[in-house]
Amino acid sequence: MTTFWCTAGWQTRAALLVLLALALGALLVPALAGTSPTAIGDALALRLLPPLSVDASHHFHLLGTDAFGRDLFVRAMLAGRLSLAVGIAGSVLAGAAGIAIGAIGGWEGGVLDRIAMGAGDVLLAIPRLVILLVCAALWPPGATMVITILVLTGWMGVARLVRGEVRGLRARPFVESAYAMGASPARVLWMHVLPNALAPAIVAMALGVGSAVLLESGLSFLGLGIQPPAPSWGNMIADGRELIVLAPWIALAPGLALILTVLSCTLLGDALRDRLAGDELETMRARS
Amino acid sequence: MRSIVRQLAAALALFWVVLTLTFVLIRAAPGDPVSFLAPPTATPSEFAQLRASLNLDAPVTVQYGRWAREIFKGDLGTSFVARRPVTTVLGEALPISLTLGGISLILTFVLGVAIGGLQGARRGTHLDSVLTFATTTVYAAPSFWLALSLIALFTYGAAQLGLPAWLRLPAFGVRDTAGASGLAELVRHAILPVLTLTLVGAAGIARYARTSAVELLGLQWVRTAVAKGVPARAVHARHVLANALPTLLILFALALPGVLAGSVFVETVFGWPGVGRLMVSSIFARDYPVVVGATVVYAAIVILANLAADLVLPLVDPRRRT
Repeated sequence: MTTFWCTAGWQTRAALLVLLALALGALLVPALAGTSPTAIGDALALRLLPPLSVDASHHFHLLGTDAFGRDLFVRAMLAGRLSLAVGIAGSVLAGAAGIAIGAIGGWEGGVLDRIAMGAGDVLLAIPRLVILLVCAALWPPGATMVITILVLTGWMGVARLVRGEVRGLRARPFVESAYAMGASPARVLWMHVLPNALAPAIVAMALGVGSAVLLESGLSFLGLGIQPPAPSWGNMIADGRELIVLAPWIALAPGLALILTVLSCTLLGDALRDRLAGDELETMRARS
Repeated sequence: MRSIVRQLAAALALFWVVLTLTFVLIRAAPGDPVSFLAPPTATPSEFAQLRASLNLDAPVTVQYGRWAREIFKGDLGTSFVARRPVTTVLGEALPISLTLGGISLILTFVLGVAIGGLQGARRGTHLDSVLTFATTTVYAAPSFWLALSLIALFTYGAAQLGLPAWLRLPAFGVRDTAGASGLAELVRHAILPVLTLTLVGAAGIARYARTSAVELLGLQWVRTAVAKGVPARAVHARHVLANALPTLLILFALALPGVLAGSVFVETVFGWPGVGRLMVSSIFARDYPVVVGATVVYAAIVILANLAADLVLPLVDPRRRT
């Protein structure tokens, strides 16, 4: 980690810092804020204050307030808890499922492998958003539903990557040596093959957090994801939609938090990919 | 020839599996569609009647057989809400989506490849890093947020900043669509939705296009062409572009699902009565036949685009003619 930081470019460092700041803000700001982000107070006096304004009771509103007089900065940070949690859980669980399916499929081969890869092809043939919409139409909305669908529609990419790596590694000499030393197939897969096959999966998971956060916000924007009064970045933007001409900051503020998150995840994923590709190049050079 | 038949068969099989999957999904969902549709005063016999009229009383396997037969006849059922055949409802929405999406897809592709290609040719320059940052940022923005920002900018913002009247673009509501003035009005209304879809799509395509441009420009025969004194313009046009064609085709097939997904939001925000907006409103109305129909349309478009890319690839790349 420290070497990653020292050798990273400024963009990667900025991305790490932004993600850290957003996570800390999501955890701390709603807890420390004087005003409750969900309670509606003196709505008439507080409603639709523009960013950087101070209200009558000397509370400072960094991003302004919404139509009910709720502070948008505190609300956006509270929304960050749910949006980030759903995004990270969706991507990490989908990645874990993909690693398991890809590893077992690539290792065992046969009918199981073909069924898994076929199912992946089918899921890839429908745009992910459309599957999400259909499922959202059929099951009651909420965070658990969104995470479940993110996992069900997100494992294919990682599974394919891991499967390819495992199949390539299966014929390598160190696998044969592990067998020669008496290791069981399960142990060879777990201890020797899998650690070498994980690099692309980790990159895909880092990039996946961004797209999971985006998909969650899209569902919530349409009213099919996280339900109000619990704030998520998506349903906050939906709140601002009606007032976009009168008070554009209501929709713009949560969108900026969303963009910062997705942008940071993408930059971080790109940096990880370049790094891992570089490592692979070096090991290849060392081998030849 | 044999490979074409095989690819067609594979695409059809894939389409069939997608259809079956949507059937299973709808049947596996909790809740009885009859209870959504029946009025609260319905008697048990009316419930049974409604269930029978929707073919929901038979065993699932029989339902599947019936449903499959109807699909083969091109019948997607009747919309619960509109009380009209789903194919008619979709047939009205599809041309709107295809026009909006088609124009955006072409612009997406041209803009994305131009930006990515420019970045590849000017790799490592200041321009390259600025464009990378710009495309990555736009790529990170959700299309509905971008749509709302553009509305804020070109309505409220344009008035605040004192921009000329022709730059104050309309976001919703068409007064009349008849004649030349109606067409001009339609075009003015299409600017913001098309711009949103194009920006989101082009940012994604530019990222792919840059990677493949960098890869192509680093190849040895490009270096050879440069070394033997071929002008840079000719290298880019003859050597790089000709070899980039297969990649561009794959990019085109890749860009399509993104534009489709974006159109769901863009149609919703700008109030365009296309398939995306129809799907969202049908979800809220629990109009399952229309939801299934829209899913089928989306899957068919993606599968067809992939098939077309597979079939055209050998034409532009002789190495793939095996």
